Amino acid sequence: MADILGDIVEALQLIVSGNPEILGIVSRSLLFSGTAVILAVLWGTPLAMLIAMKEFRGKTLIKTFLNTLIGLPTVVLGLILFLIYARSGFLGFLGLIYTPAAVMIGQSILVTPILVSIGVSAIESVDPEIISLSRTLGASESQAQMAVLKEAASGIILSDLASFNRAIGELGVVLLVGGNIAGGGNRTDVLTTAISRNIQIGEFGLAIALGILLVIILFTINMIVAALRKADYLVELAKAPYLRLKRYRETK
Amino acid sequence: MMITVAELKNVTKAYSNKIALDAVNLQIREGEILALLGPNGSGKSTILKILAFVETPTSGEVLFQDEKVNFKNTEKERMESTLVFQKTTVFGTSVYNNIAYGLKMRKVPKDKRDREVKKALEIVKLEGFEKRNARKLSGGEQQRVAIARALVLKTKLLLLDEPTANLDPKNAGIIEEAIDTVNRENKTAIVMATHNMFQAKKLPNRIALMDEGKITEIGSPAEVFGKLSKNLARFAAVDNTFTGTAKSTTSGTSKVDVGNGVQIEVTAQKQGATAVFISPQDIILSKTAVKSSARNVFKGRITEIKDLGSLVKLKVEVGKPFMVQITKHSFNEMGLCLNAEVFITFKASSVQVL
Repeated sequence: MADILGDIVEALQLIVSGNPEILGIVSRSLLFSGTAVILAVLWGTPLAMLIAMKEFRGKTLIKTFLNTLIGLPTVVLGLILFLIYARSGFLGFLGLIYTPAAVMIGQSILVTPILVSIGVSAIESVDPEIISLSRTLGASESQAQMAVLKEAASGIILSDLASFNRAIGELGVVLLVGGNIAGGGNRTDVLTTAISRNIQIGEFGLAIALGILLVIILFTINMIVAALRKADYLVELAKAPYLRLKRYRETK
Repeated sequence: MMITVAELKNVTKAYSNKIALDAVNLQIREGEILALLGPNGSGKSTILKILAFVETPTSGEVLFQDEKVNFKNTEKERMESTLVFQKTTVFGTSVYNNIAYGLKMRKVPKDKRDREVKKALEIVKLEGFEKRNARKLSGGEQQRVAIARALVLKTKLLLLDEPTANLDPKNAGIIEEAIDTVNRENKTAIVMATHNMFQAKKLPNRIALMDEGKITEIGSPAEVFGKLSKNLARFAAVDNTFTGTAKSTTSGTSKVDVGNGVQIEVTAQKQGATAVFISPQDIILSKTAVKSSARNVFKGRITEIKDLGSLVKLKVEVGKPFMVQITKHSFNEMGLCLNAEVFITFKASSVQVL
């Protein structure tokens, strides 16, 4: 018991002291997952627009498939990517295995289904009249589509944040294709893999410190999501006293 | 010499299960207000969508400013024709951004845009609303934003689909005034769909009667309403419009027997076949018979309730169905519900005899 308490105290000291090892791991996590999400946004957003706005055969099938992929265990995707990246694999010649690039591409593939799924729902929930409305006001086809995307903005941002959430918290892909390399110029260890490694080697203080930081990051992202969802509500709340006054005056 | 802004030549629009427009020919003249009058599903909205170039005709051709329209690419034409939908749709952003949208598409510089938006807001009496969130406005105000967003573009052709349907008289009045202003000041040709007889008589230069995808009658309001006796039955589908036989009474008014035992008293001296219209706003609804000077009192039941935000539209069956419009406040206060027994009352002078 005393050991655990001691480890927690050590963890807090490590966080407060701004330990460079910890800072490095945290910034690597943010960088890898951030880049992964940006990559996923680049191909996921057009894909979401396509699925949401165009009518085609097999649309339901694709949507169901994407929803299935959301639940795919990360270790399974990690395995698939490992087989592709490995020296003898399909893309082995690129020499990506155990590099930061492998981690970022892997994570971006991992989050694509979640990004596209939420994006599709956000775009589909936009009033279908918006396209015609923009066209009657002189918009070209692509401008009209941009108008729809703008209407879906809060849902799209939500999908990006949820993707980042998933990326930074996952272990399977980053472990299998990144290799959890903790030294040299091409370090690939991130929060989740570093926690796992430090537990194995008995560095509980460090593991706990990283765990706390991971929770803080996840909590912050979720707070942003909640704030976005509540933004409208807060505006309403701020206006409430004024509206009450107005109603009071009207009844008088 | 009349200048034609747009022309439909033998235009047919068929959807998979229904013909919406059946070989329609129509010319829209510069600076005129043309009302398309007819029941729901008669093809009014389809004509408007084709003239706004957001719907492609199945056959026939459309001329716009003397040029044949190629519906595969209508970007150029869409800059000169705009449509305000029946169902009010606003972008989920500020009133300014809503109204400036079309100007941005036309690459109008910011300072001019600001001035134009301000002017458009004045026309619809929403001065100072620039920064408000359009979605947070009342239904009537949103519809006024939609009108301002269209008229700010100063297009050759302005198309309005039931611009005042489901609005209270105050908002409807502001919109009618705005339509009149734009038509007068910019010489914009306006085509509006309506099933409000009253509006059709008041605003337009010409009326086109529509029924089952065809234009059955077209001309000045006086001409069209004058000829009505020939196809009165066509009007029966329009809200609160009834056809029947008129007989003058000894007191100088007339009674129109519209069937099912319903006799409507009107102030005009009239004999023979005629049609009458009563605006839903002019009907008083009560739970008991009201003693008043109004000549028309009928007892009936509520058969339909339609929530329009601050207003409620009710269908009251008194032998013939009457649409009645009351405020939500009265509706709640009176504790009305489906099948409730009510009385409707209206003055003989509120009845429009066509």
